Amino acid sequence: MIAWFNSRNVIAGLIVAGLLLLPVFSQATGNLFILTLFTRIVIFALAAVSLNLIMGYGGMMSFGHAAYLGIGGYAVGILAAEGIGSGFIQWPVALLASALFALVIGSLSLRTRGVYFIMITLAFAQMAYYVASGLSRYGGDDGLTIYKRSDFGSLINLSGRVQFYYLCLFCLLGGVYLVWRIVNSRFGMVVQGLRSNEQRMQAIGFPANRYKLVCFVIAGTMCGLAGALLANNTDFISPAVMYWTRSGDLMVMVILGGMGTLFGPVVGAIFYLVLEEFLSQVTEYWAMIMGPLLLLIVLFGRGGILGLVGRFARA
Amino acid sequence: MLLVVEQFLNGLQFGLLLFLLAAGLTLVFGIMDLVNLAHGSLYMMGAYFAATFVAGSGNFILGILMALGATLLLGIVLELVALRHLYGRDHLDHVLATFGLILFFNDMVRLIWGPAGLSLPLPAWLTVPVQIVPGVFYPAYRLAIIAVALAVALMLYLVVMRTRIGMLIRAGASNREMIGALGINIKLLYTLVFGLGAALAGLAGLMQAPIHTVQIGMGENILILAFVIIVIGGIGSIRGAFVAAILVGMIDTLGRAFLPDLLRQVLSSAAASTAAPALSSMLIYLLMAIVLVARPEGLFPAGRR
Repeated sequence: MIAWFNSRNVIAGLIVAGLLLLPVFSQATGNLFILTLFTRIVIFALAAVSLNLIMGYGGMMSFGHAAYLGIGGYAVGILAAEGIGSGFIQWPVALLASALFALVIGSLSLRTRGVYFIMITLAFAQMAYYVASGLSRYGGDDGLTIYKRSDFGSLINLSGRVQFYYLCLFCLLGGVYLVWRIVNSRFGMVVQGLRSNEQRMQAIGFPANRYKLVCFVIAGTMCGLAGALLANNTDFISPAVMYWTRSGDLMVMVILGGMGTLFGPVVGAIFYLVLEEFLSQVTEYWAMIMGPLLLLIVLFGRGGILGLVGRFARA
Repeated sequence: MLLVVEQFLNGLQFGLLLFLLAAGLTLVFGIMDLVNLAHGSLYMMGAYFAATFVAGSGNFILGILMALGATLLLGIVLELVALRHLYGRDHLDHVLATFGLILFFNDMVRLIWGPAGLSLPLPAWLTVPVQIVPGVFYPAYRLAIIAVALAVALMLYLVVMRTRIGMLIRAGASNREMIGALGINIKLLYTLVFGLGAALAGLAGLMQAPIHTVQIGMGENILILAFVIIVIGGIGSIRGAFVAAILVGMIDTLGRAFLPDLLRQVLSSAAASTAAPALSSMLIYLLMAIVLVARPEGLFPAGRR
């Protein structure tokens, strides 16, 4: 029998419960700020979960994942600016655009390996960044204000803080569930097999690149959803969302939480963004503490936070 | 015609500057197998050191030499304290750790020098325009950059190809374990190479400083360019870095200068002025994507394995 009651599952359960109850806490204490902060965190966690699917399970180190945040966001923003406010159109377009972008850059990037893959994904994301900067009709460098959030009729009102938070959380949990199902499916097994030994998998007869590409597109689409949520959350979208440091942030969240673990990216996103928020309240120069902290985590905390917890539990 | 000559020289100058940055990066990458995102921070530090020392000493050349020494020292300290422990680790660990270093350096600079940028004024003898061909004047300082960068490139070539240290560096790039097994003090070699790379980055930063302002984050954009260059050139190959740097410098500069006019002949002028800036910024990334698709190991793979 599989032991369900282990440290990782306990942590995952606590996180889910905490996230589910957060609006109650926020209402009870009248602390609206924490709800705003965690809406942002939940959205970035979704992006990190999608990156983890290709990075942690698929072994594809994409350094351009923030591009999908921008593409999903711009799909919503541009359609809104053109007078199409319905979320039933905006969101599918956002997902489709992200999927298409992932399909194109994936089929080119997957020809390379290792560091070259890191760099070529970065190059494509930078191209997307410059395209967005060149969209002078939609604000160019300055970005685009979204005056009205996506309209889902009577289904859900995105302007309600609590409703929007639960929508984001629903997407995050859906994303985690999807990754869980993928990882444990035959498809997921093949992708993980490719990560550990591509040659051997190919010798057995699996078309390596096709499997990887599908995985790459799924992750891109999921991150596009995060982009659509992010644009609705900030009522604003600008090229800065796609800048390479943003992709770096996402990578940091995944590695910090624990690559190739189901809830690792969620833990990483919470830890990274809460710490950033906390440090920036303590000192204006928060990055001077954050930077060396990251270095120390790399040097001494292999396997991220969940890895540390796992070792602690076993010891 | 005048514009073409001038832009051509600008492209050469930018390319050579990029080479200085990329040379250090490709050495560190090729020999220690270390992805150093903080290389751009060293570039920034070089510029800040120069601005400070030149203002402090009142002498341009002296200030610049002091700044070079300071960047070299900073690179060595950085290697000894932090990066040395990252060798042999996963590339992702490098990305995470050096990403942390970027955060650290940016805020440290903000703390010490403040959020506003600095400027590095040129001495009078470097600001005069020089007549290069009849009727074409070109700023003396940009010519000086070309001369210095070419001299450094030549020196680097001689050191790497003609000296014992260079032989060890090349041996390290093609087989790390073997030269360790042959009894070479590999730790010292690594520290030395890293310091050299840091000094080259600092030199690029301080030479660029009088043209643009010295500001926080100045190393980040150009770092990505340097990565593009070493990937195009083939990781670990100095020759590849040189060719790719000149190529990227030229394409970027000439693209920015002439693409708008070219586009205007095909598209309406409104559409052209919208598309041109984005397209010219994209050109080099496009180049890299094409090179990688055609030759996944870069133009001059450094003959490993």
